[in-house]
Amino acid sequence: MSSTGAYPGTWAHALVKVSPYTFSAIGIAIAIGVSVLGAAWGIYITGSSLIGAAIKAPRITSKNLISVIFCEAVAIYGVIVAIILQTKLESVPQSQIYEPESLRAGYAIFASGIIVGFANLVCGVCVGIIGSSCALSDAQNSTLFVKILVIEIFGSALGLFGVIVGIIMSAQATWPAKA
Amino acid sequence: MYGFEALTFNVDGGYLEAIVRGHRAGLLTASDYNNLCQCENLDDIKMHLSATEYGPYLQNEPSPLHTTTIVEKCTLKLVDEYKHMLCQATEPLSTFLEYITYGHMIDNVVLIVTGTLHERDVHELLEKCHPLGMFDSIATLAVAQNMRELYRLVLVDTPLAPYFSECITSEDLDDMNIEIMRNTLYKAYLEDFYRFCQKLGGATAEIMSDLLSFEADRRAVNITINSIGTELTRDDRRKLYSNFGLLYPYGHEELAVCEDIDQVRGVMEKYPPYQSIFAKMSYGESQMLDKAFYEEEVKRLCLAFEQQFHYAVFFAYMRLREQEIRNLMWISECVAQNQKSRVHDSVVFIF
Repeated sequence: MSSTGAYPGTWAHALVKVSPYTFSAIGIAIAIGVSVLGAAWGIYITGSSLIGAAIKAPRITSKNLISVIFCEAVAIYGVIVAIILQTKLESVPQSQIYEPESLRAGYAIFASGIIVGFANLVCGVCVGIIGSSCALSDAQNSTLFVKILVIEIFGSALGLFGVIVGIIMSAQATWPAKA
Repeated sequence: MYGFEALTFNVDGGYLEAIVRGHRAGLLTASDYNNLCQCENLDDIKMHLSATEYGPYLQNEPSPLHTTTIVEKCTLKLVDEYKHMLCQATEPLSTFLEYITYGHMIDNVVLIVTGTLHERDVHELLEKCHPLGMFDSIATLAVAQNMRELYRLVLVDTPLAPYFSECITSEDLDDMNIEIMRNTLYKAYLEDFYRFCQKLGGATAEIMSDLLSFEADRRAVNITINSIGTELTRDDRRKLYSNFGLLYPYGHEELAVCEDIDQVRGVMEKYPPYQSIFAKMSYGESQMLDKAFYEEEVKRLCLAFEQQFHYAVFFAYMRLREQEIRNLMWISECVAQNQKSRVHDSVVFIF
């Protein structure tokens, strides 16, 4: 039995033999990649409606760019967290790569990346859809804009929750000290 | 999947949906109609309409205006908007937009065939056709003598071809046959449109099925009322009803045997949505039925705008514009003939 308690020849053993560096790198990639996917999704949803609605009601363009900015913020969260995570990625000596402490650090960075990536994905989509409805409603009745903006602010808080939990998670990524 | 259209609809349809909602904001409101109803003559109407979105279309008209000119220019505006949307649309929205005009195509075909039967000039008839329903070989319709020729010469190349399979006979065209042909074509068109919307799925299918069911039911009632006392047999009548809608199939069975309007009312009052329509009319009165149906239709069309990310807004907008043009025609006619007291008989306010 290895130090992690898995018998050779089982799936659990295969899992713990995947390098923690792999998990960390994938986590960082997901943090930035999926966040940007969410931001882009949201921006095109709100942008296409905004452009069409602005033809008949040109006054809405400048105010409704706020929706696009909220979606963009989601991508920025992803970039920030990816940069933080990559500073947490340290090298450990060959003998200690598969130690439990090492694996723990690798998993922490992976989880942080997934948390931030998917929270930003849904946040971006959410803000995008609300931004689209906001542009169309503002074109018909300009008193509605501020009220719908409040809904967008709540939606954008979702991405922030993901970032906070992701950063707390990554603070736990302590690699074993050199033996 | 119903509920998730918001994720992908805007890729192809977001811009056009926003444009059609912008057009909807330009529909005439109750205060516009009130101003128009108080006009003294057609020049006043033109002046009021120049303050609305119809301005650019009416401003170049010379002063002795006719009601037909006003209606023609307003229809031209609708056609311009439609063509702009159609050229920007991708599949399946472009097919959906084309489906909306097939009803007008059927009306144009029947207009020309009837006109030819009554020995009118082809060019005069072509001017009366609705511009949304024009197709290339429409003038050749005047040459056909019976339905088989009609199909073979002209209609086989148009989108109406698949609707003809039920009415190809070798009988000569006369008034009765033409009306039956019109209703059979329209029935096939509605069923095809319904199937197409069901295939699209999601919110489009849901909302369009409600709007098209109402249309099918309304046509069933109108066919019944118009064929009371004519030679149309019960079986023939039943064949003209569409195979979907609230009234299908039991309501159709009952409507097929109705012989007067009170029986029709008795059948319709069993269906809650139509009970409210028929309750507005006192016994024996059928003139207000058209207006009651139009009001119900307008109410349902306005509800289609409550949801985002579906195609039914395009259908609803086209129908609301057509209703507005009907309103303008009625108001213009009443003003031109000095019968302003009857203006409110047939104007349906949209908002």
